[in-house]
Amino acid sequence: MPEPSTRKSLSELAVGEAAIVHAFQGGRAVNNRLASLGFTPGVQITMIQNFGWGPLIVIVRGTRVALGRGEASQIIVE
Amino acid sequence: MSDCHPSVTAVPSTQASLTTGTPVIALAGQPNMGKSTLFNLLTGLNQHVGNWPGKTVERRQGTFDFNGQPALLVDLPGTYSLTANSPEEVIAREFILREKPAVVVAVVSAANLERSMYLVAELAALEAPLVVALNMMDVAEQEGIVVDAHVLEAALGLPVVPMIASRAVGVKDLLRVVEKVMMGEGTYSPCLPEIRPDHQEVLEKIRAQINGYVPDPYPLRWIALKLLEGDVEVTRFMQSALPPAKWDEVHQILMAHDDAFLAVASGRYEWIGRIVRAAVRQPRVGQIGLTGRLDRWAAHPVWGLIILAAVLGLVFWLTFTIGSPLQQWLDENAVAPLAGWAGDHLAWAPFWLRGMVVDGIIGGVGSVLTFLPILVIFFAAFALLEDVGYMARAAYVMDNVMHVMGLHGKSFLPLFLGFGCNVPAVMGTRVIDSPTARLLTILIAPLVPCTARMAVVAFIAPAFFGRNATLVTWGMVLLSLAALVGSGALLNKVLFKGQRSAFIMEMPLYHIPNLRTIGLLVWQRSISFVKKAGTAILAMSLLVWALSYLPNGDLNTSLLARLGHFLEPVGRWMGFDWRLTVALITSFPAKENIIATLGVLFANSPDSGLAATLASTFSTATALSFLVVTMLFIPCMATVAVTKQETNSWKWTLISIFLMLGLSIAGGTLVYHLAMWTGV
Repeated sequence: MPEPSTRKSLSELAVGEAAIVHAFQGGRAVNNRLASLGFTPGVQITMIQNFGWGPLIVIVRGTRVALGRGEASQIIVE
Repeated sequence: MSDCHPSVTAVPSTQASLTTGTPVIALAGQPNMGKSTLFNLLTGLNQHVGNWPGKTVERRQGTFDFNGQPALLVDLPGTYSLTANSPEEVIAREFILREKPAVVVAVVSAANLERSMYLVAELAALEAPLVVALNMMDVAEQEGIVVDAHVLEAALGLPVVPMIASRAVGVKDLLRVVEKVMMGEGTYSPCLPEIRPDHQEVLEKIRAQINGYVPDPYPLRWIALKLLEGDVEVTRFMQSALPPAKWDEVHQILMAHDDAFLAVASGRYEWIGRIVRAAVRQPRVGQIGLTGRLDRWAAHPVWGLIILAAVLGLVFWLTFTIGSPLQQWLDENAVAPLAGWAGDHLAWAPFWLRGMVVDGIIGGVGSVLTFLPILVIFFAAFALLEDVGYMARAAYVMDNVMHVMGLHGKSFLPLFLGFGCNVPAVMGTRVIDSPTARLLTILIAPLVPCTARMAVVAFIAPAFFGRNATLVTWGMVLLSLAALVGSGALLNKVLFKGQRSAFIMEMPLYHIPNLRTIGLLVWQRSISFVKKAGTAILAMSLLVWALSYLPNGDLNTSLLARLGHFLEPVGRWMGFDWRLTVALITSFPAKENIIATLGVLFANSPDSGLAATLASTFSTATALSFLVVTMLFIPCMATVAVTKQETNSWKWTLISIFLMLGLSIAGGTLVYHLAMWTGV
């Protein structure tokens, strides 16, 4: 399967789209909290709500998690 | 399970708790797993709510009947992990390591096994005797998820008990298994998660470096893992435990692997993944459950706000149609007769003693207690919305608004409570993760118009504004909220340099509320309010009464009146005379005292009622400014007391008082002169 490396931030993901987490660009404390909620490299994230502004909702490991746009833009997915 | 490494060190240590008599059992679990439901089910009213020593984190513990003998159940704070991100995580792990409970019951959700097992992975590393309570089997079934508890048990090497805490299903089984583990019976050989293979070597290196320097009671392997995770607490105390040269070496390794926390977390999730794959049959992905359908409306940026407004409207409507008449009824039929009765029975007593009991104690504390019905309605509504899972949605849709103040959605929840009473609002700020965001929320919480202030407005506005009273009342609410947003934004810029904390919040599944949980929450909050009325409020009521009585028993010539005359020049800026100033000062024990004080001060007037007297004495401009100052004046003493308790700092408590004082004087002066100028 060809693999076009299309990296973008989680906040750019459209509703219903799923992507794999590649890296975290935020601070350590935030990353630690994200990791305990299931955000680790290689995990699949599905976007549930994203209006292009304000916070957004994703599903990670079967849990609905609300993220601020700032936090979401620091998660790189592909 | 070829890569399962049974932990040989994890042997249940029953000695510690058996020798002291009452066995101690700890409940651990992530938020929204039904941990509190299980705790309430076991302990009922035999529970005690306090604080963990030196922390503003709630400590709940209670006794229960453990197979015929009493046992102590300690409800550890709900946390997602055991890494020191907040005081809660530190409290939970320190309790397990230092107090060595006989058994730790880890509550996980069958409907959300993958995420909830993360804490079990952390708990297993603490080498404490663990029992897994596989809760919410019913919710899992609804979602089409099938969990095989036996397979889970075999894969984990830990006892697993399926249960439905909300319907008391499986509790007996759980207690039987807990007893077995306590007695050291049955198989107990937990598999521990491994770090991701690419970091195995560095973990070994750290372990070798720190071996022999790890203080009791911390397990060596756990300390090594926490160092790699960048845990601030563990890093701090290992830096002091290791000789400087050793620390330098360890520090070098840690610096070179500063992304190791991901390897540790990934290792845990790989371990969980293997176990979950074996024990769980998941439904096809893509099907939209009840939560998804409801969230399309409740979490929508427009519809969500409309729904929130409707929910808030309903709560206020309930409060004012049921709570307020009840409050008045209590005031007229309980407090007033009691005061009369006490007055009659104290006819023999010196005048000052009668005054102290009737006006100071019954008048002060009694009138505060009449607000209990209003608070109970508010607490119940809040607990219901919380238990159903709606509060997370309210926080979510309010996130954009809260951004203006550098806060995020979670700060909205305590502020909402503030409409009932500012005291639970300040205490409710505990849900906010970041200390600065929490402090900011505490500082602005007193600006939420509480029911006591609304009662004053409801009395004064009709007297002066007749048909426009409703308009003026709403204007006062909006003004308070504008002051809240404005000072929040300003404080964030000035004190906190505009920094913003991260918004990461789980959106729990909606579920049917548990009446027991709600009832106990309302009970505990009401009890703590009543306790406050009996202590801090009682003391302040007596002080204010003494000031109003001394030196010769007449309010008009009392110390309080002298204080009012002394402060009159400031009052004049806002169009007040000394009597309005005195009324404001007496609002410190309880806001609604304003009316009682005015009643005493205008007792000799020829007019029929207090409202009419006030309307003929003061101008409309003065009335407007008095209402504004009432809304913004220094927090009541109960709020000040919890502000001190929650901030643990006199400095911030004083800042809170002076912030409100400044705001109210500025607001009152501005409104008074504006009203004079426009000729209202």
